Amino acid sequence: MELDVVDLSRLQFAMTALYHFLFVPLTLGLSVLLAIMETVYVMTGRRVWRQMTKFWGVLFGINFVLGVATGLVMEFQFGMNWSYYSHYVGDIFGAPLALEGLMAFFLEATFVGLFFFGWDKLSKVGHLIATWAVAAGSNFSALWILVANGWMQNPVGSEFNPQTMRMEVSDFFAVVTNPVAQAKFVHTVSAGYVTASIFVLGVSAWYLLKGRHIEIAKRSMTVAASFGLAASLSVVVLGDESGYLTTEHQQMKLAAIEAMWETEPAPAAFTVFGFPSEQDRETHFAVRIPWALGLIATRSLDTVVPGIEQLVNHAEERIQSGILAFDALQKIRAAGSTAAIPPAVKDAFEDNGMDLGYALLLKRYVDDPRTATPEQIKAAAWDTVPSVPTLFWAFRIMVGLGFFFILLTAVFFFLSARRTLDRYRPLLWLAVLAIPLPWIAAEMGWVVAEIGRQPWIIEGVLPTAAAVSSLGAATVLTTIVGFAALYTVLIIIEMTLMIRAIRKGPEPDEDPEANLIPAHLVAAE
Amino acid sequence: MVLHTLIDYDTLRVIWWLLLGVLLIGFAVMDGFDLGTDILLPFVARTDLERRIVINSVGPVWEGNQVWLILGGGAIFAAWPQLYAVSFSGFYLAMFAILFALILRPVGFKYRSKREGRLWRGAWDWALFIGGLVPALVMGVAVGNVLQGVPFHLNNDLRIFYDGSTLFELLNPYGLLAGLLSVAMLTMHGAGWLVLKTDGLVAERARRFGAIAALATVLLFVLGGVWLFLGIHGYRITSVIPVAGPSNPLGKTAEVAAGAWFANYAAHPWMLAGPVLGILGALAAFALLWARKEVTPVLASAVSIFGIISTVGLTMFPFILPSSVDPKSSLTVWDSSSSHLTLFIMLVSVAIFVPIILAYTSWVYRVLWGKVDAGEIQKDNSHAY
Repeated sequence: MELDVVDLSRLQFAMTALYHFLFVPLTLGLSVLLAIMETVYVMTGRRVWRQMTKFWGVLFGINFVLGVATGLVMEFQFGMNWSYYSHYVGDIFGAPLALEGLMAFFLEATFVGLFFFGWDKLSKVGHLIATWAVAAGSNFSALWILVANGWMQNPVGSEFNPQTMRMEVSDFFAVVTNPVAQAKFVHTVSAGYVTASIFVLGVSAWYLLKGRHIEIAKRSMTVAASFGLAASLSVVVLGDESGYLTTEHQQMKLAAIEAMWETEPAPAAFTVFGFPSEQDRETHFAVRIPWALGLIATRSLDTVVPGIEQLVNHAEERIQSGILAFDALQKIRAAGSTAAIPPAVKDAFEDNGMDLGYALLLKRYVDDPRTATPEQIKAAAWDTVPSVPTLFWAFRIMVGLGFFFILLTAVFFFLSARRTLDRYRPLLWLAVLAIPLPWIAAEMGWVVAEIGRQPWIIEGVLPTAAAVSSLGAATVLTTIVGFAALYTVLIIIEMTLMIRAIRKGPEPDEDPEANLIPAHLVAAE
Repeated sequence: MVLHTLIDYDTLRVIWWLLLGVLLIGFAVMDGFDLGTDILLPFVARTDLERRIVINSVGPVWEGNQVWLILGGGAIFAAWPQLYAVSFSGFYLAMFAILFALILRPVGFKYRSKREGRLWRGAWDWALFIGGLVPALVMGVAVGNVLQGVPFHLNNDLRIFYDGSTLFELLNPYGLLAGLLSVAMLTMHGAGWLVLKTDGLVAERARRFGAIAALATVLLFVLGGVWLFLGIHGYRITSVIPVAGPSNPLGKTAEVAAGAWFANYAAHPWMLAGPVLGILGALAAFALLWARKEVTPVLASAVSIFGIISTVGLTMFPFILPSSVDPKSSLTVWDSSSSHLTLFIMLVSVAIFVPIILAYTSWVYRVLWGKVDAGEIQKDNSHAY
């Protein structure tokens, strides 16, 4: 298979983004868990909670730096590999990225130094504030990056400007309050909380199995199980499926996830299992639950969930309309000044302008979309269907794991309430083995969101293939190899250090005397 | 939304040109001493404890400092999207080298002292040195090339094409001179920081290296100016340019012209303050290091950085990224910004958040004030670097 610069650029972005997202969820969740643990320390004065904060803080730090390091690449990659994208939507997409720096990264990164270096330089409350600032900063960063990503999925509040050949913001408030972005934010931070909870739960379970650090392990498990239960309920219930009906392509994504080739009468059935075939355009050996999809996706019994074929037909209509928009745009630009544009052309652009991106889908087949044959239009319409088997399976793995996390955290929540955390060794082993699972679920979530958006880089506005920089394939291949080599070395080092730090366990309390009796309770002599 | 029309589009563009300068200077001043410290690491610190002292001098602050770079990327994307698109894709392999080196830094800081062993720690010391040197050098090289013009052109859809700008073509003599200047400047600044945060042998060595770097900064900067005057053509706009017009670079014409990079100074002599501060700051840093001052050298080197980076901006105004193969494709202040509304929204955001950021950053620096304590480093093995 010959890979062109589009495929290679996608591969590099996917690789660096998936890698970056190995570190982000743990940072998101563990920062909050650290803040909770330290809050208990400050409120009760019991030093075991300080020891816990410091111990999980060491693991947090090992993970955090790789998130920071790989995040650098993410900030510049749009310009490097996706320069036409950067030009075309920078007016809208750049703003949340800048706000992420202003509001989130500075807060997180400035205070993370104090978290590690400030234990002896700050008062108890002062240090607690630093820890909460780190947690707030990392969660704000998730907000802004998902506002940016949400806009790629549902490009609200913007319009095309023929004079500058790009999208420009018309309603910034709509960009920030984009329902797709809001759903994604809640879903993603909850997933981060689940990741951290399962991590803390699993590592603590290992200590209990080894009979080490019992006090710290049990307390950590209690915090992780209760926080994790709430988070895993939230991640499933507030999954961003609720956002899938807001736009047409989100509907396409939903139809592809469900491998729903044809529209069914409401409420649609949910396919639990099956083998979707893109060639036959049907799902073999499907196991289906009646009504379930309609209920989950529309929260109603009478709203129709459209199937793939119906959406493709609609895409074909939009391509036709996009060709009219493309034609009008060429005439507008040929006219030179605004005054010279014939009114009929102006009207044609106003009526069809929102479908301009659909005409660009034809660029794969013809240079000038106006000369496309009906077969090419048909083929371009079918291009709007993302990879159905990929979405079908990625989604089911993610959801299956989501339900498992609810179960796991619920069991440990119950055991913790009964004070029998260390009684059932198989359950403890299960918790240890569950440690990698949240990462699999999170990466699958990313696959569903981003593969599901294809062939668009901005839904309905700009096809991915048109967004790429004019670089040589060999150049991009060079950097893929470079990043892959560096990232492989770094993940091996990271895992080694993580395991070493876990094996070593918490440091003994440096001032154990302080724990015995609070000063105000000691009788004056 | 009509609120944004309170500030004219052309005024906003000038404000954002100034803010672009503030971001670059902020990055060079704040993250610059980290990079300079990394460059100095193998030279000022010989034993393991000395190296840990140097690393811990930036340990608590490098993360926050690095955000200046990330914010720079985000803010250029938001306010100057075409600049973001052309520069990072045009300098593709150079950017890759910078990112590769920068990735080594966070992990180097954090992981180096997690294990004993000469090989392990020695390897990370190299990684940190590369992580400081390569970004400093390549960013300087990039600026040296921007002054000469970059070989790109835009087509009618404003898609960007590059006419051969490989990594090796960037390494032309003037580019390399600018790269060396950047390394000298940040090394001087890093030495200023080390004199402030350390004592004993490390501080003494930093003092000497810093003094040499300060003199090199003056020399290379003056040389760069003379060379620019004698040997490098500037760019100028040859058509009427609507300063509040749509952001489309192809709406103007421009040409290469001898002496065009000095036209601004002839028209507005006050702009000479830029190069003067660049030179005086570095001379002051040299004198203060010589006089064994501890606090003021780093301030003097910051003034020098301010002057040097301002000089580049003032020389090129209104150009931001000139094109050597197709001058009319050049990006200027008047035709490569975001929309009026976006510039306004981002200005409001900056006005709200930057004072807050400066407030808590200075609080953090106050908490961390004082020399790095070798005893503390040896005692605490899990949190110090």
